[in-house]
Amino acid sequence: MDLFYFELMAAVVKMCVILAMALQLPPIMVWIERRAGAFMQRRKGPNRVGLFKWRLWGLLQSLVDTIKLIFKEESVPEDADKVFFHLAPVLSLIPALLALSALSFGNYIILFDHEIPLQLINLNVGFLFILGISGMGIYGIVLAGWASSNKFSLLGSLRASAQMVSYEIPMGLSLIPIVLIYNSLELGSIVEAQANTWQWGIFLAPISFFIFLITMFAETNRAPFDLAESESELIAGFHTEFGSSKFALFYLAEYVNMFTLATLCSILFFGGWQVPFIPHLKLIELLGSHNLASFIGFVTLLLKSAFFMWLYVWVRWTLPRFRYDQLMKLGWKFLIPLSLGNVFVTSLILMM
Amino acid sequence: MSPYLPILLIILIALVIGGAMSALAHFCGPRNQTAAKKEPFECGVPNSSRREKMSVKFYLTSILFILFDIETVFLYLWARVFKTLGWFGVAEIFVFLLILVVGYVYVLRSKALDWD
Repeated sequence: MDLFYFELMAAVVKMCVILAMALQLPPIMVWIERRAGAFMQRRKGPNRVGLFKWRLWGLLQSLVDTIKLIFKEESVPEDADKVFFHLAPVLSLIPALLALSALSFGNYIILFDHEIPLQLINLNVGFLFILGISGMGIYGIVLAGWASSNKFSLLGSLRASAQMVSYEIPMGLSLIPIVLIYNSLELGSIVEAQANTWQWGIFLAPISFFIFLITMFAETNRAPFDLAESESELIAGFHTEFGSSKFALFYLAEYVNMFTLATLCSILFFGGWQVPFIPHLKLIELLGSHNLASFIGFVTLLLKSAFFMWLYVWVRWTLPRFRYDQLMKLGWKFLIPLSLGNVFVTSLILMM
Repeated sequence: MSPYLPILLIILIALVIGGAMSALAHFCGPRNQTAAKKEPFECGVPNSSRREKMSVKFYLTSILFILFDIETVFLYLWARVFKTLGWFGVAEIFVFLLILVVGYVYVLRSKALDWD
């Protein structure tokens, strides 16, 4: 078979897997979020909707909600900018999916004597691509707020964009020590360099992890930084006017962004697809199979990012919301000097 | 295969998903628009929407972002060749960071980062 068609086929298959992951993520996460919130507030939460006589702890609630959203009336405000109003949800979905597919989900697998890396978009700029693309997610939010011609939407979108823009600087700066230590921008080789568990990013660059964790919450507009959609002030922020499936698209983009950053965090700081205390090469030796080892690595990575997804939920139901000036102060006056100092100190220590 | 081809594929598929979901809601949902539904969604406040003029602070934040973000990208280039440049690179980046910090202190002192 022609190599080009083989690679194209592999890319299409990988794309299907990524799409399946992205599309099943919001329903499950919404369910977990509602159940966890109920659990933490001593309520029951959604526990009815199931299949026939099995209730499944209400697991199908989100699925039913999705169907409900599709069958809702779609209302467009009269003086809305029609083109951008319809375009905005899609514009926030595109960068979310692009960033997700640039992640390295595992080592390569061998099929028909070809090495297929478990990474759809493998550019030589590595995770710089993810940072750049997730910055483009702002366009969808700004246009959504602008197009709906509602002052709450506009305020919400301006807040969201100012916040995402401000926290992108510490996020970019916090990852420079990782590049300094592992001397690479590509996610695959960064994970390979973390074969020894004591070489993980969390042990070598703990301050970077601390900054990245904070910016992770701010970049996705999640509590305690969900100023963009603070219900008590702005109704629902930038998606106030969006109903039915457009709202669902915003939700999808938000959860995909969360998953991308959670996975990026576990790749850069927690060894990615390396099983703790068993280097990948040793795992291949133990199992005697390349593909099986890659699969176990993939599952390990998913478990690691599942922990960070749980952290999102946990923090959301634990911490109160910031005030807007506090948020900007934290970003500009604390995180940026800290991350600049972190870059400098790390480079000095590495040179010693 | 070019590594940029999957990017195009993903953009196409995202357009298809977004378009399909929007179209699905457009055809499946009921349609009875009233005058009240077309108004901006507000909670009892007199209806004064239109495009409001927004605080210049947001503009300032975005200008500052551009400056600092370009500097971040510049630091990435140095970080990649850090091992080969050695002490020379560290000294250079120290000067660069010093200039950056002077600018940062200026921004701080001119109260551009204070939200009231």
